[in-house]
Amino acid sequence: MSNYVYILVMAAVIYLIRVLPMTLIRRPIRSRFLQSFLFYVPYVTLSVMTFPAIVDATQHPLAGVLALVVGVVAAWLGAGLMPVAVLCCVTVFLSELILV
Amino acid sequence: MSETRSSIPALLRQGARNGIPIGLGYFAVAFALGCSKSAVDAGLTPFQGFLASLLCSASAGEYAGLGVMAAKSALVEMVVISLIANARYLLMSAAMSQRMDPEGNFIHRLVMSFFITDELFAVTIARPGYLSPWYMYGAILVASPCWSLGTALGCAAGDVMPPRLGSALSVALFGMFLAIVIPPARRERVIAGIVAVCFAASFAMSRLPVVSQISEGTRTIILTVIIASAAAALFPRPQGSGEGGEAA
Repeated sequence: MSNYVYILVMAAVIYLIRVLPMTLIRRPIRSRFLQSFLFYVPYVTLSVMTFPAIVDATQHPLAGVLALVVGVVAAWLGAGLMPVAVLCCVTVFLSELILV
Repeated sequence: MSETRSSIPALLRQGARNGIPIGLGYFAVAFALGCSKSAVDAGLTPFQGFLASLLCSASAGEYAGLGVMAAKSALVEMVVISLIANARYLLMSAAMSQRMDPEGNFIHRLVMSFFITDELFAVTIARPGYLSPWYMYGAILVASPCWSLGTALGCAAGDVMPPRLGSALSVALFGMFLAIVIPPARRERVIAGIVAVCFAASFAMSRLPVVSQISEGTRTIILTVIIASAAAALFPRPQGSGEGGEAA
């Protein structure tokens, strides 16, 4: 089968997953549990995806750990998205000059 | 609602600015995707890589899909694997539906949905008040081309990216996630506790036997459902404030 058929099927399935809740849930959810659940979803998902993935993404795990620490401290002190992202990249680059 | 009435160009600009770190991370990850073994085995041309990334904007989801392509499996398998590997977008889409302006144009829901990724979801929902379609479009306009072009170049180039550079760029996305999660964790002890639990549980699941065999996307869904449910049961939000301002 052509790669194009696979790509179109994959794209259609992924779009359905993304578009159905956004279009079908048109009014505010009343249930306090569901409201709270959806409030917590972003924090949980992002946290779960960050660690330990950040440690596994780098050439040397310690570089990932250092990036995590630097990122948490910088964000705690109020640095924005771009500065924190750049600080993490620089941390990995510099530490791997020594580690790898 | 602390919604400041910003003009459309200003919102686009703000979004585009926050799209830059996303784009950098995307480029590195997409490049890796394009020269991955699955992409090579599937015989993915640069144009096909570009198309797949433009239409899907899904890192782990696309990687899983490329595996199906490489194995020349049945289309049913592509459907099932795509459902599993991308199911977390269902939760993100549901969360976003609660923050849409009810008076807003329906078209925005259709367009925004198309670009729900971990990162674009994160920056869009991190702003207080109703979600701003234009802010999200600004981020999309910068980040999405990086994703598609990165994949195409990866397909074309094989492994020319210096590992040092790839390694450094690969943490950009995680740095961004931290910048979104940590400030509210500083303000609210409950959120700080949840973040700590997430880190520990996610680490455990990635290292323990059996559960570590589950794909990363599926582990994310399982942990999200369990931890967010427990948090909602133990620490329900005050009625009416859940969809609003403080998720910044």
